[in-house]
Amino acid sequence: MKKFTVLMCAILIAFVAFGSQVEIFSWWTGGGEEAGLLALIKLYNQLYPGVQVINATVAGGAGTNAKAVLKTRMLGGNPPDSFQVHAGMELSDTYVIPGKMEPITNYLKEWGMYDKFPEDIMKICSYEGEVYSIPVNVHRGNVVFYNTAIAKEIGMTTAPKTWKEFFGLLEKAQKAGYVAISLGDTGKWTATHLFENVMLSQFGPYKYNMLWTGDQTFNHVALTEAFEIMKKIVPYFNKDHAAGDWQDASRLIFEKKAFCNVMGDWAEGYFKEMGWTPGKEFGWFAVPETDVAFMIVSDTFGLPKGAPNKENALRWLKLVGSVEGQDLFNPLKGSIPARVDADKSKYDVYLQWAMADFSVKALSPSIAHGSAAPESFATMLNDILNRFVSDVNVNQAVKSVLEAAEEEGYLVK
Amino acid sequence: MHKKKKWLGFLIISPTLVVIGVFVYGFIGATVRASLSDWNSFRKLLSGEFVFSGLRNYERLFADWRFQTDMWNTLFFTVFFLFGCLLIGLILAALLDRNLKGGRIFQSIFLFPMALSLVVTGTVWRWFFAPGILPNDPAGVNVLLGQVGLKSLQWGWFTVTDTIGPFNLALVPVIIAAVWQLSGYTMAMYLAGLRAIPESMTEAARVDGASGWQIFWKVKWPFLKPITLSAMIILGHISLKIFDLVYSMTGSGPKNVTDMPSIYMFEKTFRSNRYAEGSAIAVIMLLMVAVVIIPYLVSTLRKSD
Amino acid sequence: MRKKYGNLGIYIVLLIFSFFFLLPIYMLLATSFKPLVEIGMGSMWLLPKQPSLEGFTDSIKRLSPNLLNSFLLVIPATIFSCILGSINGYIFSKIRFRGINLLFMCVLFGMFIPYQSVLFPLIQFLQEIKLYGTIWGLIITHVIYGLPITTLIFRNYYMEVPDEMLEAAGIDGAGLFKSYFLILFPLSIPGFVVAVIWQFTNIWNEFLFAVTITSDPKKQPITVALVNLAGSQMVQWNLQMAGAVVAAIPTLLVYIFLGKYFIRGLMSGSVKG
Repeated sequence: MKKFTVLMCAILIAFVAFGSQVEIFSWWTGGGEEAGLLALIKLYNQLYPGVQVINATVAGGAGTNAKAVLKTRMLGGNPPDSFQVHAGMELSDTYVIPGKMEPITNYLKEWGMYDKFPEDIMKICSYEGEVYSIPVNVHRGNVVFYNTAIAKEIGMTTAPKTWKEFFGLLEKAQKAGYVAISLGDTGKWTATHLFENVMLSQFGPYKYNMLWTGDQTFNHVALTEAFEIMKKIVPYFNKDHAAGDWQDASRLIFEKKAFCNVMGDWAEGYFKEMGWTPGKEFGWFAVPETDVAFMIVSDTFGLPKGAPNKENALRWLKLVGSVEGQDLFNPLKGSIPARVDADKSKYDVYLQWAMADFSVKALSPSIAHGSAAPESFATMLNDILNRFVSDVNVNQAVKSVLEAAEEEGYLVK
Repeated sequence: MHKKKKWLGFLIISPTLVVIGVFVYGFIGATVRASLSDWNSFRKLLSGEFVFSGLRNYERLFADWRFQTDMWNTLFFTVFFLFGCLLIGLILAALLDRNLKGGRIFQSIFLFPMALSLVVTGTVWRWFFAPGILPNDPAGVNVLLGQVGLKSLQWGWFTVTDTIGPFNLALVPVIIAAVWQLSGYTMAMYLAGLRAIPESMTEAARVDGASGWQIFWKVKWPFLKPITLSAMIILGHISLKIFDLVYSMTGSGPKNVTDMPSIYMFEKTFRSNRYAEGSAIAVIMLLMVAVVIIPYLVSTLRKSD
Repeated sequence: MRKKYGNLGIYIVLLIFSFFFLLPIYMLLATSFKPLVEIGMGSMWLLPKQPSLEGFTDSIKRLSPNLLNSFLLVIPATIFSCILGSINGYIFSKIRFRGINLLFMCVLFGMFIPYQSVLFPLIQFLQEIKLYGTIWGLIITHVIYGLPITTLIFRNYYMEVPDEMLEAAGIDGAGLFKSYFLILFPLSIPGFVVAVIWQFTNIWNEFLFAVTITSDPKKQPITVALVNLAGSQMVQWNLQMAGAVVAAIPTLLVYIFLGKYFIRGLMSGSVKG
């Protein structure tokens, strides 16, 4: 009890001494992402030494716990000063539409940042013409990572451009005794992650993006074709895919048991952590027939209404949106900056490839990672895919997707 | 008894009653109310405006194949988990009830899993039963089976979608993990019960020429019956709302073979923002628990009067 | 002679059971001593090739502040809930008035609610009373939701104490409080052991309330910090498993030191429903 009193006093004294503070809420608790966050906080402390940064983190389940905590706090009118959220609908549907967020368009303009981000990503971060969050990093979702040794064995010379070529390679890999494509779908979202890329390949980025604005109907042959392709992929999975997560799936590639997998480029960070050099032991290419597009997975920070320390929160947003902040955070996290004017030399060969594509390709929002559709739609799609991977019933799956889309108010006619 | 004493007694427990009234019944009330609302998006929930929508959330759930699977899973999980814990607990207690040398060490080993957090043991068990890529590249327990020449027992464990009737076989490893975690506790309860049996009674039976088996059933078992019942209640309520273990071990599994209502509820409420439907699941879980618990509570309290 | 062989058989059966009980523990320990590169689902039974203490040193460094938080949480929460449970148990077992059993049933039912369902109202309540995000908020939560079980344990325990003992004290002029403190309380040690073990382990290992009520890492108890060791994307399993071992030590010590009394406590009546 005495210790507790001492602790409380210490905290009180800290408050009095520093006077002001800022609470930053995220689910970055480990590995490179934590290192990146801590570096940002350190920079913030240097710039604003009078402000105490509360690094509020809730880990586990790819942000699931954090989102639950954030929701209860927002509901209780007790928001943090700024919080991490995936760009797009995850923010808009949950917090912007209910009027819980401050628009930050004017601040961005004032700081001269508004035109430093690609237009497409600003669109994803906006709702009804106002920007609500600043993207701090970008991951690419439509990437196939593969084991170069196996690729050599099965005679892969160039990256497959079409599904037909890709299936040819999968067949060869399987014949050679390898798992052709690895998956770890304990957490369900990995199957959705794969499927949304197949969807992107069939709709094309133009139509795919219009699905979410209500200008393109889901009731299109491309949806059925996407499930047909998915059906062809399923037999090439490792049989134990339900036992692992994406990390286990990547591990299979590392152990030379699997030829490739479709994952966001955090997998690149994993391979590097395991001691591999990009381009040497592992290679990558865009998911077949999606080369024209860049599936965006982006973390952003926003400004909740009623943030207790708004001034300090704005300083934080300004920092994460700056070139300096982005070039500090992203090399540590293993992602690319959302700004187009960042310093390319700070990034490895893979990330440079992603950066080059980021500035020229069509940007498409991810469903699995919260950008394209509300969380309820993503969850329903998770369930549909989870079922589909076991029973490969195309008609049933198409029907379920249409029902889910109708429920969310998307075009299905 | 003096009237004053009764009033004083009531006064002493009244803070507890108030607190339980608010934190249990008040909150249950709020949940029931939410389950009858249309709060199926964060916006509607935030607005706080209550629109009565009857039993629509419940209807949706019962038409939902995932929820149907969940109900079957809970049922089978509970039955086998209870049976496993009671059986193993009883066997271990019977073995340890002889004051063997080193008995305390065994006792500690069997109690040990209870000290670990379910979040951690879930992960360990996931690895344990991860099947690997059969037949050439087994993992986990399949490696061990292969090494001791039981290759035929190698199996996909919690990744299989095979069923016997409505029973998902993938639940088997989850049940094993849960039994591992809590059979030590049943053992402790049974052990306490066995040690409370007066030596003279078993001695008398022995003198009458009863076999060890007969002594157990005729003399000891009647003492253990009430313990079995309370163990069933404690284990039963754990299993009906089990979350941490399954969530960290298998998640929902392929085709929801290891899904539980608590997991679905967590997803509905906190991922899909379907607060009203999540609340409806909570209410159904509560009703399931109530169906099991209330008759038991009533009967034991009658007895003690 | 026969008895000796009989015991041998029992030992063999017990050893077989122990083997199965310890298998997962072996995996936990083996993994915690491995460097990250050696960890994979296929190699989990192997002993570490290059044993490293990295997992332990790292996790201890990162978990030790939260270890303190957990003690600050668990100790008061356990003490309060046990004392309150004991007092409640006394009233519910020894005072008779109309409807008291019904009231007891209502209290007891609180033990069975799925906690996810009370999360939203609970957090709103804690925010109202300004205890959200604090260890005290967590303590209050655990004390309240621990009341049904501790009340049950003590009630059953006190049912075994003959009423005559209390009545005798009553004749000597002892009031309600006196007879509790002079007669029941000194007899309560085994009951306390059971309640303390139960509460200590449950609160120590509890995750759901801990993660939702505290979001400042400086205030989070160890279970949350343990999950926090893993990032949202990559998990260093050696760190995680070593952390799990570290986090389990206090509860293990409780079992080792109080384990003997645990069975004795269960024996003294508290196992009966």
